[in-house]
Amino acid sequence: MIARDPWQSFARHTPARIALGRTGASLPTEEVLRFSLAHAQARDAVHMPFDAERVESEIRALGFDTLRVESAAPARDVYLRRPDLGRRLSDESRARLAALDAPPADLAIVVADGLSAAAIHAQTAPFLAALKPWIEKEGWSVAPVALAAQARVALGDEVGELLKPRALVVLVGERPGLSSPDSLGLYLTLAPRVGRTDAERNCISNVRAEGLSHPLAAFKLVWHIREALRLGLTGVGLKDESDLLLVDGAPPAALPRPA
Amino acid sequence: MAFVHRIGARTHAFADLKDLMAKATPPRSGDMLAGIAAASAEENVAAKMCLAEVPLKTFLTEALIPYESDEVTRLILDEHDPVAFSPVSALTVGDFRDFLLSDQATPDVLAGLARGLTPEMVAAVSKLMRNQDLILVAKKCRVVTRFRNTIGLPGTMAVRLQPNHPTDDAAGVSATILDGLLYGCGDAVIGINPASDSLPVLDRLLKLMDEVIRRFDIPTQSCVLTHVTSSIELMNRGAPVDLVFQSIAGTEGANRSFGVDLKVLQEGYEAARALKRGTVGQNAMYFETGQGSALSAGAHHGVDQQTLEARAYAVARKFEPLLVNTVVGFIGPEYLYDGKQIIRAGLEDHFCGKLLGVPLGVDVCYTNHAEADQDDMDTLLTLLGAAGVTYVMGIPGADDVMLNYQSTSFHDALYVREVLGLKRAPEFEAWLERMGITDATGKLLPASGAHPLLGFVQEQAA
Repeated sequence: MIARDPWQSFARHTPARIALGRTGASLPTEEVLRFSLAHAQARDAVHMPFDAERVESEIRALGFDTLRVESAAPARDVYLRRPDLGRRLSDESRARLAALDAPPADLAIVVADGLSAAAIHAQTAPFLAALKPWIEKEGWSVAPVALAAQARVALGDEVGELLKPRALVVLVGERPGLSSPDSLGLYLTLAPRVGRTDAERNCISNVRAEGLSHPLAAFKLVWHIREALRLGLTGVGLKDESDLLLVDGAPPAALPRPA
Repeated sequence: MAFVHRIGARTHAFADLKDLMAKATPPRSGDMLAGIAAASAEENVAAKMCLAEVPLKTFLTEALIPYESDEVTRLILDEHDPVAFSPVSALTVGDFRDFLLSDQATPDVLAGLARGLTPEMVAAVSKLMRNQDLILVAKKCRVVTRFRNTIGLPGTMAVRLQPNHPTDDAAGVSATILDGLLYGCGDAVIGINPASDSLPVLDRLLKLMDEVIRRFDIPTQSCVLTHVTSSIELMNRGAPVDLVFQSIAGTEGANRSFGVDLKVLQEGYEAARALKRGTVGQNAMYFETGQGSALSAGAHHGVDQQTLEARAYAVARKFEPLLVNTVVGFIGPEYLYDGKQIIRAGLEDHFCGKLLGVPLGVDVCYTNHAEADQDDMDTLLTLLGAAGVTYVMGIPGADDVMLNYQSTSFHDALYVREVLGLKRAPEFEAWLERMGITDATGKLLPASGAHPLLGFVQEQAA
């Protein structure tokens, strides 16, 4: 009854659901059920709580200082309906950051749960471990890593306004997909402050072992930070040409010295 | 100007036209988020009743977003065609609904009207229409565009083959292109959302698609859905760009948040047309839109999201696009909460786009944080098929492994063709038959393991 597709061997090239076969115009029963299960699991991932304590201790073990902040969204269901609250710090967090009065660093890092705490749990520590040697090589100073709960990308702008780094990167749990419930996104903003738009950021997405690997993502981010500081901008004016430096698909040992 | 409507002893007052429009909109989470939605079910209907009495002409003198401060408003009013408008210039919004549904409003009459209508007029009348009205009128609208094939002919529906891959891998992308073509999809465009913004990667994807289209002589076009400025740069470097893509919105501020304005869109449009890569026409732009983008960008001016969406179609129509689609459920539950709201919005957007003369397709989709599932998508897809949607997306198994959302699949396209008897673009339909993929009626033939397309994937994997 089921017409199998004779190109099933190509499925090894992509996580996409190709060569599913068909019965008439429709999906075979097995595929309909497989899809339902994936959807159920992704739905559960959206609502998983952020274990900030665990992630904080992992980041500290890498040698970063940390601090904890929350957005203005009091709970997950409110957070999902009110993205505006997820982009703002709670009054308490704002006061705490304002009182820090630390010297401005070259780089600030915000870890935001976004729409997938599962992504933050799985990717943050290995990604920062890959990033750290690059930061040391470039000699950049780094502000304490801010772990932000119920937080969206633009929350970084307010953190940036208070910490005043030259550049700020937000690590955010991306919207979970059926095949990737734990994918991390990186958003870089030069001179972050409240009111920056998405056109003023650069995004590196799909950071996870099965997507853009941690070493590659770290290299790409460092390339972007270096270019952003050199050109004085992030966003649509900064075009990604980092791939030109890859050696057989792997990052080079170091970025070329500026001319 | 303020508006007032009495229901029994109660008086409902609306501060101005945009307030009236927002209160008259069918309920949705984005307008609630913006704080502009009706406060009660009765207020919602009172606003509809009041809006029904507003003359269409009012929209030409009372701009919802000031002319001085917004280039989209200037585009809409400066390019309004009073001659095309004249047949309906004396009507109210309520009369306009009656007119659109009447036998007087033939496909030719509606096509002649398009340039005389503003997005605000079209959005206003949609607020008085039920889902069946949106379907019936949209079905009468005819918008035909051409590049390497003919899209939008009556009785047809095209499909965008969307071969996204999380790392833009050549073999992975090729395998999905093959899967889609052998399932009879790809007449609207083979269009990749790249994971990377890197110009060398985009260039490689463009060359890959150009190669498959040329080698197998496929009457279709390709697109890498990257920022218009990147496409311009790629064209300057000699890359094979068929369609220039850009996300657009209905206000100057929201477009700025996408990093574009009318001037840069014009540059992209001129650069693409200058390449003359089309064979049967030169509609060379591809735009995507979606309700809620202006609010998301903090540039909504207190105007409801559905009206702003219709304004995006005025931006699109200036550049004679081959394809425009509303990515209706992509933005998330804060703008369209559940299946019911997504279905309504999809039908509204399709209606508004078609009435304005734009080749509107719909990305029938949802995200995993919305209250929706495949059943809702089946419903919307079937309704849009009945409404004569220009095209829908084709994604393997409905699961986009790069953008992390669910859309419609190659199988879904086969389903809707079978149920509603919809054909593909004629040039593409003939190609499928020539390649032994379909029979003379357009039905899939049993797939062959020796099909030459399989060899292309093997080459890319080598």
